[in-house]
Amino acid sequence: MTQEGIISRVAGPVISAKNMRGTRMYELVRVGTERLIGEIIGLDEDTATIQVYEETGGVTPGEKVIPTGIPLSVELGPGLLGNIYDGIQRPLDLIKVQMGDFIKRGVEVPALERDKKWDFTPVAKKGETMGPGDILGVVQETKTIEHRILVPPDVAGKVVDISSKGKYTIEQTIAKIKTAEGVKEIQMLQKWPVRIGRPYAKKLDPSVPLITGQRVIDTFFPVAKGGTAAIPGPFGSGKTVVQQLLAKWADADIIVYIGCGERGNEMADVLREFPALEDPKTGEPLMNRTILIANTSNMPVAARDASVYTGMTLAEYYRDMGYDVALMADSTSRWAEAMREISGRLEEMPGEEGYPAYLASRLADFYERSGRAILHGKGEKVGSISVIGAVSPPGGDFSEPVTQNTLRITKVFWALDADLANKRHFPAINWLQSYSLYVDHVKDWWHKEVGAKWGEMRNEAMRLLQKESELQEIVQLVGPDTLPASDQAALDGAKSIREGFLMQNAFHKVDTYCPKEKQYRMLEILLKFNELMYKAIQKGASIGKIREMPVKDKLARMSTVPDAEYQKQFEEIEKEMAAQFREMEG
Amino acid sequence: MAISKSKEYTTVTEVSGPLMVVDNVSGVAYGEVVEIKTPSGERRRGQVLEAQTNKAIVQVFEGTHDLDTDTTAVRFTGETMKIPVSVEMLGRVFNGTGTPIDGGPPIIPEKVLDIHGAPINPCAREFPRDFIETGISTIDGMNTLVRGQKLPIFSGAGLPHNELAAQIARQAKVRGKKEEFAVVFVAMGITHEEASFFIRDFERTGALEKAVLFLNLADDPAIERIITPRLGLTTAEYLAFEKDMHILVILTNLTNYCEALREIAAAREEVPGRRGYPGYMYTDLASIYERAGRIKEKKGSITQMPMLTMPDDDITHPIPDLTGYITEGQIVLSREFSRKGIYPPVDVLPCLSRLMQGGIGEGRTREDHADVNDQLYSAYAEGRKLRDLVAVVGEEALTELDRTYLAFSDRFEGEFMNQAIDEDRSIERTLEIAWNLLSMLPESELKRIDPECIKKYHPKYTKV
Repeated sequence: MTQEGIISRVAGPVISAKNMRGTRMYELVRVGTERLIGEIIGLDEDTATIQVYEETGGVTPGEKVIPTGIPLSVELGPGLLGNIYDGIQRPLDLIKVQMGDFIKRGVEVPALERDKKWDFTPVAKKGETMGPGDILGVVQETKTIEHRILVPPDVAGKVVDISSKGKYTIEQTIAKIKTAEGVKEIQMLQKWPVRIGRPYAKKLDPSVPLITGQRVIDTFFPVAKGGTAAIPGPFGSGKTVVQQLLAKWADADIIVYIGCGERGNEMADVLREFPALEDPKTGEPLMNRTILIANTSNMPVAARDASVYTGMTLAEYYRDMGYDVALMADSTSRWAEAMREISGRLEEMPGEEGYPAYLASRLADFYERSGRAILHGKGEKVGSISVIGAVSPPGGDFSEPVTQNTLRITKVFWALDADLANKRHFPAINWLQSYSLYVDHVKDWWHKEVGAKWGEMRNEAMRLLQKESELQEIVQLVGPDTLPASDQAALDGAKSIREGFLMQNAFHKVDTYCPKEKQYRMLEILLKFNELMYKAIQKGASIGKIREMPVKDKLARMSTVPDAEYQKQFEEIEKEMAAQFREMEG
Repeated sequence: MAISKSKEYTTVTEVSGPLMVVDNVSGVAYGEVVEIKTPSGERRRGQVLEAQTNKAIVQVFEGTHDLDTDTTAVRFTGETMKIPVSVEMLGRVFNGTGTPIDGGPPIIPEKVLDIHGAPINPCAREFPRDFIETGISTIDGMNTLVRGQKLPIFSGAGLPHNELAAQIARQAKVRGKKEEFAVVFVAMGITHEEASFFIRDFERTGALEKAVLFLNLADDPAIERIITPRLGLTTAEYLAFEKDMHILVILTNLTNYCEALREIAAAREEVPGRRGYPGYMYTDLASIYERAGRIKEKKGSITQMPMLTMPDDDITHPIPDLTGYITEGQIVLSREFSRKGIYPPVDVLPCLSRLMQGGIGEGRTREDHADVNDQLYSAYAEGRKLRDLVAVVGEEALTELDRTYLAFSDRFEGEFMNQAIDEDRSIERTLEIAWNLLSMLPESELKRIDPECIKKYHPKYTKV
């Protein structure tokens, strides 16, 4: 179907076109004389409703709409890592070369470089029978990431030709497979429609934590590899800082970071920082494992909707190679607002707070593309996508539709709290409101890999914090001095956990990333102190004396002890602690 | 299609609120500028909000009064909204649609630019890191402003936000550098009195020569407010990125702007979002705020200081709320401190500058700045918490340390927050006051400060 449509109405990012019979939902079209990129989002007889991914100022009814016959798709292949794309996968650095400092419309730049030659090493052999997901060959994309060229999901058959080791561009044919429908030529460059999830063989239960180096997350509210987490909070509570910390330090192989309707300067910050920072696992620049999708708040609103799908499809592509991928979406509320805006222009019947009725199902579809899965192809390949979505509830009110619909789907809830942020307690994750349903899933892993007391210690610390909040209510009425010594000790213990453990300085060179073993030891020592404190008080020691102990200062500063020295220093702290209690009692 | 551009239509079929519907048109482009001749011969301008095959919906900037459905003539210009710009605009005063109102000659344009601009490519952005000294302790010390940032002032009716903005415009400087600096002042729906306060202040200090003023006042048409900030920002972009100047854009008052936005949305019978404001208000505000920034390899910069009054001092109202989600922090004024006679009445606890970390520290302000700021925040928050407690249990129930914290927060408000309206404090002076206050607390309480900085700056060690 290559007949042309005629624009009949333009209102912001939504246009209508007539004479569009034969086109399909979600088909990509080119709009007007400038060939702007659009997508069909509604059909009625021969009229199509189209959302346009670029500014529509100057578009005039009567201009043409050209259907392309394909849905909105992304390009997949080596060269994705380290790139920064807009919402529809146009590389922003090349746009800058072509257009200058400001993004003008009508630009056409391919997502992946066509001329670059990659070192291809074949894995498949001629005559071998292969199915979807089997590895044809590999390309070393970065120093640490081996890009596996897979048989596409819809191809199966006998390999009749495979290229020998050598340099190839992504458009050159590297293999030929004889399928039931004839011989298919396979290139490194493959395409996939963004709104359709890539297939996998079977989903698994998540059991390995995604280690982020953030104490409150790893120890208290862990997210599993393949899990989903929501991080809602009012403005200024540190959503973006947490998201960026996770993008920096999470122990995933690949990071996809979607800046969806957020600030331009934040993306500039990521672009400045990531090439200079080292991945704690590999020592390589962080940028080499990262793909950025930037659709800032002033870029076209329809592309915001596309940006989350673009990011997810890229994540799935690397998952299919057997990697652990972490996807951050900051912020899903902006995406929901884009849906609301488009829905409003379509004059659809609104649901809650003007959001479309399909908000919940769209959010669920998106988060369900995460998970740990056995993949198609030979050998038990396992890959995962963990999704961490920021939510920006208006007025910090968690009862609004986007937060509520997200919480129904995600398994981890990190509630950011404006009060904590105002006190400069960062990360401002409220320990009483937040939860993680993965605690039991990842317990065994912690016990095996780090220490057998993890679960017990975590519960003990949580109990203490819970107790503190109860006691606080009494303190509010009668003041702290009237409490019995044991309760005052509980308050002190909780405070030391809050300030010494939960609080973490993202801008301190040591504290920004806390290794899991160090987290374990810190909590162990803090709880040990509490235990000694209780015992001392039962024997009649005064709480005032305990507060003045010289070792308390060192306990408070444990988080900034450099990773290389902490084991030795922590042992000394333990010894001092024991000695000072002995001295006091003696 | 060229023919239609010079054709006058008299086919207005409907006028409602700020909108007008024109029928039997052809070839009308979305967003193009419309010239309107009223029955009495007056000329107005408008913009196409929706284009259909033979119908156009037009928003009229100068108001729809006197328009009729009979003789009102409409001409579609085929152009988007543009503004002529030139460095000669410095020192001049314009109305809300960009016409000079200071009696001076018209501007001879060096360039004519689309007022909607284009988004800065995130790859082209330079991350803002140059510390701007405003001379105000609560800002410099605790919510540092940097070049290329957008930092709004959240105020309430009757609070001295105008005085504060004028003081910042007067005192703002990047130290150790002599660079071209100018102010673009955009008024949206403020009163004559407020406007003349700014003009007088600019005149008094000689800043007027280096300022461009766009004034849409309270009695000017509300719809005009939609374009006024865009005129100002387009001028700012020209001066910053083509003429290498550092521009401070003061936008006041965004609350009036958002009201105008709501008016148009209501007239179009759009599905309303929270409190009747349109669902796209976030996107619309972003198209203003995101025009702040720096560009790699360009000398100039645009720093924005938008002001808004929170209806009923409610920070969760959609206007401050959406603004806070876009801007890089916020300065919040508080009625409580204003009543206590503290100027500027900045309540530091809900304030934030997101770009502060990159703009302070060794070589920018001072090595101890970040730690001191952290410590001030936590100590003051502790004091405020205790103040609430005292209200219930009385001061007797407090420990010695708690009483010290209380005294600290009282002196913090009196000495650190409070300063004269013409007092220009250097960052060193601000940090000195901070250290004096912090030295009230036992040294073991200064947990957030690096021990080496304590040795170097704590008055106990510096005073021999």
